Amino acid sequence: MILLVVEHADGKVSKSSREMIAAARALRREGPITALVLGSAVAAIAAEVAFSVDQVLVADMPELAQYDAELWAAAVAQIASEGEASVVLIAGSRSGREYSPRVAVKLDSPLLEDVVSLQSKGDSLIAERYTYLARVTETVEAKAPIVIASIKPGAFTSATPRANAAEQFDVDLNLPPRRLHVTGKITEHSARISLEEAEIVVSGGRGVGSAEGFTRLVEALADQLGAAVGATRAIVDAGWRPYSEQVGQTGKTVQPKVYIAIGISGAVQHLSGMNKSKVTVAINRDAEAPIFKIADYGIVGDAAQIVPAIIEALRR
Amino acid sequence: MRILTFIRQVLDAEESVRLSGSSVTLDNSKLVIDTMDEYGVEEALRLRERGADAEIIALAIGPPGAQDVLRTALAMGADRAIHVETDARLDAIALSKVVAQIAQQEQIDLLFSGGQQADWDSHALAPATAERLHWPQITWATLLELKGTILTGKHDTDEGSENFTVELPVVVTTQQGLNEPRYPTLPNIMKSKKKELRKETLDQYGVSPTVSVLREEIQVKARLNRILDGKDAQAAASQLVDLLRNETGVIA
Ligand SMILES: Cc1cc2nc3c(=O)[nH]c(=O)nc-3n(C[C@H](O)[C@H](O)[C@H](O)COP(=O)(O)OP(=O)(O)OC[C@H]3O[C@@H](n4cnc5c(N)ncnc54)[C@H](O)[C@@H]3O)c2cc1C
Ligand SMILES: Nc1ncnc2c1ncn2[C@@H]1O[C@H](COP(=O)(O)O)[C@@H](O)[C@H]1O
Repeated sequence: MILLVVEHADGKVSKSSREMIAAARALRREGPITALVLGSAVAAIAAEVAFSVDQVLVADMPELAQYDAELWAAAVAQIASEGEASVVLIAGSRSGREYSPRVAVKLDSPLLEDVVSLQSKGDSLIAERYTYLARVTETVEAKAPIVIASIKPGAFTSATPRANAAEQFDVDLNLPPRRLHVTGKITEHSARISLEEAEIVVSGGRGVGSAEGFTRLVEALADQLGAAVGATRAIVDAGWRPYSEQVGQTGKTVQPKVYIAIGISGAVQHLSGMNKSKVTVAINRDAEAPIFKIADYGIVGDAAQIVPAIIEALRR
Repeated sequence: MRILTFIRQVLDAEESVRLSGSSVTLDNSKLVIDTMDEYGVEEALRLRERGADAEIIALAIGPPGAQDVLRTALAMGADRAIHVETDARLDAIALSKVVAQIAQQEQIDLLFSGGQQADWDSHALAPATAERLHWPQITWATLLELKGTILTGKHDTDEGSENFTVELPVVVTTQQGLNEPRYPTLPNIMKSKKKELRKETLDQYGVSPTVSVLREEIQVKARLNRILDGKDAQAAASQLVDLLRNETGVIA
């Protein structure tokens, strides 16, 4: 079977889960596409994914109310070996990328990390992934009885549900004790549309001047365009914007139809999170800023003047 | 106690990537200590400066030139270094086998590694090593405090961050925001030349790659580079909006 671990938050199946289902279908391997739902009070999640896969395994336990890398790795490895999975798919989110290597070690299997494509070729799996800060595409091959792959969010088109629901089965897990104790959570929720799902992203960097400048320029333009907002690490570190809006190597990867960078210099670590955007636009007062090298359109000028003028022009 | 900091020598982020045939070549390129790993060396030094009685060991696994980044770590203040010399291209799962064996031999209590290496963009080495050692892990740490064998701090998660408590031994991944790495001073650079840098070969660790790299290609995406002068803000803005609406059709 192909086992995929359903990612969910706030009682909803995440977009990356639907993308993993698409990746699983495209593999055309023998055996059922099996979704594993881990968590507490997850009946609705299981019921929803049942429309997209061949069977659903549910571990609904109070111990799984909160994610933990060791617990998740133990659960996934147990189910994968009991079910004789040939492929295990895990979302390439931060959490997915921190427990998937543990699953690979437990099962003594290779790990294809953060892949943007995945194919069966005989009894091998061939995948593509980005390296060197998203400047290189690497093609890799793994050949083993079980292969683990983490799937880069946004790389696959979400699978569409079917008319009938698959059967659900409850599973028993042998979980290790928790060793990492969480003593406080700082959740950053943005009321805006999510970066990964937006067709237009407007991002700001230090050149917007202040947190207030971000609101006046970046958020105002985003509102005008119905866009999501993004930020550079520099202004996230400065506390102007929440980490959930950070784009780049250590933030989110986005691939919208249009990416508008305002007051952003274009450091490679930032570019690695947005250089796959279809059309890129840069506004920066420094004509030498590296961001212009990867821009389709740009204006050299003061963001405080240019951005309000763009909003004006859009209204006309 | 003993702290192991894993470091990798990578292409300087400012350098462009070059290919030789169908794989990346680092020949004649500027190579540096991976920034993400540098935060680990710095954090080990700071834990010691705040009172931890720690020996700090830097570890690199890679070609002969990798000793340069170990020298950097020693000049920053690490006590000694281990260099497993190899040209083999090992994936993170394979490499973790070597790191875990060294952590055991050296009786390590705390292991640092960068959150994501700048060359192969992998997050996997630290968690895979933690699993081999049966240790817990903290990824993407931004704050660490050590009292005896209890490590507390803060780390980033999918949507935000968390405060945590965990007991040593543990594997921690580091990143920007955890600290500001120091520059080695001249006296420390001189002192570091006398520090131990032990060379080892890979054979004794019994590893082979689990994933094979078939080819590497540089991504080329042609951009239009239509850059307008913004001296007249209104005119430039109207022109840009017109281009976006009518030339690309990407906005309504
Ligand atoms: C390990 C590591 C990981 C990193 N991860 C990330 C990441 O995920 N995401 C990320 O973004 N960065 C990341 N960085 C940081 C990155 O290297 C840069 O420091 C950061 O992206 C710079 O942000 P910035 O463009 O806002 O600021 P700056 O580089 O300071 O650029 C500000 C720009 O604004 C322009 N400007 C100033 N005033 C105006 C004005 N009035 N009008 C118009 N333009 C103006 C300036 O010309 C300049 O180009 C990482 C760094 C490291 C070492
Ligand atoms: N080894 C060093 N000792 C002291 N200062 C340094 C050292 N290396 C770099 N600097 C300074 O730190 C700043 C940033 O350096 P760099 O990161 O090399 O661009 C510059 O002002 C350098 O002169």
